[in-house]
Amino acid sequence: MDIFLQLTVSGLSTGMIYALAAAGFVVIYKASDVINFTQGDLLLLGTYLIFFAIGQIGLPWSLGVLVTVLLAVAVALAIERLVLRPLIGEPIISMIMVTIGLSSILRGLVNAIWGPAPRSFDSFLPEGSVVVGPAVLSSGRLLSIPIALAVLAALGLFFRHTRDGIAMRAIADDQQAALSMGISIPRVFGVAWALAAASAAIGGIMLAGVVGVSPNVASIGLRVFPVVILGGLDSIKGAVIGGAIIGLLEAYTGGYVGHGLNLVVPYGVLILVLMVRPYGLFGKEIIERV
Amino acid sequence: MSLECGVFHTRYESDMELRPRPAQRIRLGVLAVFVLVFPFLAGPYWLDLANQIAIATVGAIGLNILVGYTGQISLGQGAFMAIGAYSAGLLTLNLGLPWGVSIALACVITAVAGSFFGLPSLRLKGLYLAIATLAAQEIVEWAMTHWTAVTGGTEAIVLPAPRLFGVRLNSTFAFYWFGVAMAAGTALFAANLFRTRMGRAFVAVRDQDIAASVIGVNLFRTKLLAFATSSFFVGLAGAMIAYYRTIITWERFTLDTSIVYLAMIIVGGLGSIRGSFFGAALITLLPALIANAGRALQDTAPVVANLLPYAQQAVFGVVIILFLIFEPKGLSKLWGNVKDYFHVWPFAYRRE
Repeated sequence: MDIFLQLTVSGLSTGMIYALAAAGFVVIYKASDVINFTQGDLLLLGTYLIFFAIGQIGLPWSLGVLVTVLLAVAVALAIERLVLRPLIGEPIISMIMVTIGLSSILRGLVNAIWGPAPRSFDSFLPEGSVVVGPAVLSSGRLLSIPIALAVLAALGLFFRHTRDGIAMRAIADDQQAALSMGISIPRVFGVAWALAAASAAIGGIMLAGVVGVSPNVASIGLRVFPVVILGGLDSIKGAVIGGAIIGLLEAYTGGYVGHGLNLVVPYGVLILVLMVRPYGLFGKEIIERV
Repeated sequence: MSLECGVFHTRYESDMELRPRPAQRIRLGVLAVFVLVFPFLAGPYWLDLANQIAIATVGAIGLNILVGYTGQISLGQGAFMAIGAYSAGLLTLNLGLPWGVSIALACVITAVAGSFFGLPSLRLKGLYLAIATLAAQEIVEWAMTHWTAVTGGTEAIVLPAPRLFGVRLNSTFAFYWFGVAMAAGTALFAANLFRTRMGRAFVAVRDQDIAASVIGVNLFRTKLLAFATSSFFVGLAGAMIAYYRTIITWERFTLDTSIVYLAMIIVGGLGSIRGSFFGAALITLLPALIANAGRALQDTAPVVANLLPYAQQAVFGVVIILFLIFEPKGLSKLWGNVKDYFHVWPFAYRRE
């Protein structure tokens, strides 16, 4: 039972980090139909920026988080303006390859600046652990769950109540109609990238606290795909629930089955979902069938 | 195939030729002479690069048949190459088949596996298919490293050296001829494929699948055949790597491999055979050139030399993005521009 609790907490906290990355993916996909392969590298950037801000410059953690998020947003805005805007309307393969190219550049830059060795710094998340009955739970991991949920809830509220959020939904619905209502598409695309980067940066900050700072973080980016396919490509709620399910599945198979199966289970789920329900749990049921 | 201005056919035979113009034949002749002379002039370093390019050309043409000509995006190139390499190796090691037979069987096995992974393409399109092939890639990668009984897990499989007429074929010089023959054969097959009914059907599916099915193209059959044909050559490329290195490790067939091959056909030109070759050459040479530049700088600026691997990674990304933004049709289009310029020189008329 204590193992079960521990696996649940670690699965949920990993799942919430997946959800943060996936939410960024969903925001960009919703607004601009771009399949973003750089999500993992934005996470990576987040972990190294927080390491830079707190570990290297020595900022207090609140300022460090702020600086990290702002820098990540600046990078994302530059990417959107310089690379993606000239490619608006290109075929899917171009959009996939351009984000793959970006991911390669980001990874190269991060490695060139900070080196390939794992780094460590004094975590800002509380050390120590909480004892619940027979189980010992890391309080850093426990704390990361409500933080992620708060950020994701804020994203949800943004879509429902702010001008830019509503504009984004309008564009996702019908780009032509949105244009004719005076919505500036470049502005909305910019906002989408900024939000995606902010969400991924917060995920990266939590990863830095929970797992540590190393180049391997970027590989989490691929986990975004099972999460968004399971949850539905255009649903923030789907990203949260998909993230939780995939995180838990990984933790349980890793804990109870082993054999590295936890690495492959998410992709099995992905294929299953694509076969049975390609729009996912909460996605819009429009999918191009052949 | 576009009609070219200034070329008039008077016989059906000349209309059907692959290279009807004298200039094309001369260029082919020059290329053939270069290919024949090159191995006697080049050192082992450049020969090794040439062999890598030959293998990459086979793989890139295979991928281009699927992605460039049929419009089915695949991120599973690495997985298919792995299937080719492992089956070629394991057939020889476990059943004692001669290497040539193993390679041929490996191609067929990969073609079957490719059409199996192509099954989702019948229901899924574009982005969804890309993600499905990504999942296939991850699952095959996992099988390579964890299915120890068959693949040996993370340990390398060592193969006996392939021999032809008593000559060891895995030396750089001997493999060069084998590699060039395979690349030329693949290119010739692909060039002719797209003049047949089946090949035209591939292109029709890419351009407008619904219209294609209206004019009588069987989508189910065509897509599966595209996956099978493409995987056949991808498997060949994998098997060639296995016998060139005589060692099979899973690191050669990761998602990064898939991405590198996609980059080749993007940079070279989607839906172009010469583009597949150009892309294979550029993407293979790029890291080597950067490494050379770094070695040259080692004495003057040792800091730069340390950054080399990351520079290679970043430049790879930059090249992809620059091509996508400035020349989406790739090197093939650039080469076409050069040819057209001379074709109608001194006039400014353009083909198209």
